[in-house]
Amino acid sequence: MMQIVLAVTAVIFSLAAVGAIIRISRGPSLLDRVLATDVLLAILGGALCVDMAVNRHLNNLMLVVAISIIGFIGSVTVARFVADRREQPNES
Amino acid sequence: MSRRRISLRQELPLLVWLVIVWGALWQDFSPGNLLFGALLSVAVARLFYLPPVELSGRFNILYAVPFALTFLAKVVMASMQLLYLAVSRGPRVKNAVVAVTLRSHQDLLVTATGHVISLIPGSLVVEVDRSTSTLYLHALNISSPQDVENLKNEVLSIEAGLIRIMGTREELEILRTEATA
Amino acid sequence: MSPDSTGLDAWVDVLSAVFMIVGATMSLGAAIGLLRFPDLLSRMHAATKPQVLGLFLLLASIGLQMRTWWVWPVLLVAWIFQLLTVPVSAHMVGRAGYRTKHLHRELLTSDELEAVVQKAAAKAAREDGSGDG
Repeated sequence: MMQIVLAVTAVIFSLAAVGAIIRISRGPSLLDRVLATDVLLAILGGALCVDMAVNRHLNNLMLVVAISIIGFIGSVTVARFVADRREQPNES
Repeated sequence: MSRRRISLRQELPLLVWLVIVWGALWQDFSPGNLLFGALLSVAVARLFYLPPVELSGRFNILYAVPFALTFLAKVVMASMQLLYLAVSRGPRVKNAVVAVTLRSHQDLLVTATGHVISLIPGSLVVEVDRSTSTLYLHALNISSPQDVENLKNEVLSIEAGLIRIMGTREELEILRTEATA
Repeated sequence: MSPDSTGLDAWVDVLSAVFMIVGATMSLGAAIGLLRFPDLLSRMHAATKPQVLGLFLLLASIGLQMRTWWVWPVLLVAWIFQLLTVPVSAHMVGRAGYRTKHLHRELLTSDELEAVVQKAAAKAAREDGSGDG
């Protein structure tokens, strides 16, 4: 049964990843792309979780945590940068 | 050291959390490992000193467990609703930015309320006014003034739940007078 | 550990399979939301979903599959890290998005922040003017 679950989740995650990548390539603004990258990282983490659950090991658990923290730091940094850069032209 | 010392009681939640993280990272909860983690967390808390989070000194586990369960239920409900919205409504969705003034003026409670609201899909904290403790939320699928009222009531009920868990006595007093009024 | 499909063991397997599929569907829902919602702030709502509920379900399915007690604290710590970081990054991106006008005003039924922002901007402009002399 686990093999069927693995196949189904693989299809779902692939579709989700394709959607996120389309948004990254199309996204009208930088923030849209950052957001979609965050979602792509979350999808990657989810896929790692499914792999761990099906094959019953915990090797990648810290990798999942690291991925989520990388996504967090990345989006916070970009958000700050965008907010700072955009405010100047509006003021003058 | 000229800094104000904080009591061990106030520091205890931080230390316990650090020990749990230590054990989880090693995936080993044997007493020796936990003891070493405790020593390490005391050292970390002493050396890397941060401004202390002002806790109210009370924590009610009786309210915390049902709160966590209702939070999970709300997350599940909101996620399903959002999935339905994304599929059915899509580009024609209506939003609103709503200001909600909270009762509490404690930083910790305002932050916790904002976190809980942001974690429930469908609402998001855009801006915080710390002086009046007002949260500005961006919420999905708000089309009438009635929806705005519902959202405000929900935020205030979440805050009430958090106050019952870890609010100060004054805030509990406010809740009580509100309930009777 | 061969899967003997009798009794409790089978039920735990079924439950974790359901969790995995629903958790994966959350990611798909986020992708659909990313593609279909009209502006940045609506898309952000969709993006928080796989990071909170999806990860919770997937971590729970790991815990069910491993069948040892000591993985639960580890998984809980991983999930709490996620709970602490997701709202912060969502708030930062959302605030930057609001300030840089990444939203469609015609889609908002009410905006109780706009007046406050304009008042603050006017005040800041006045103070800048007086500061310069």
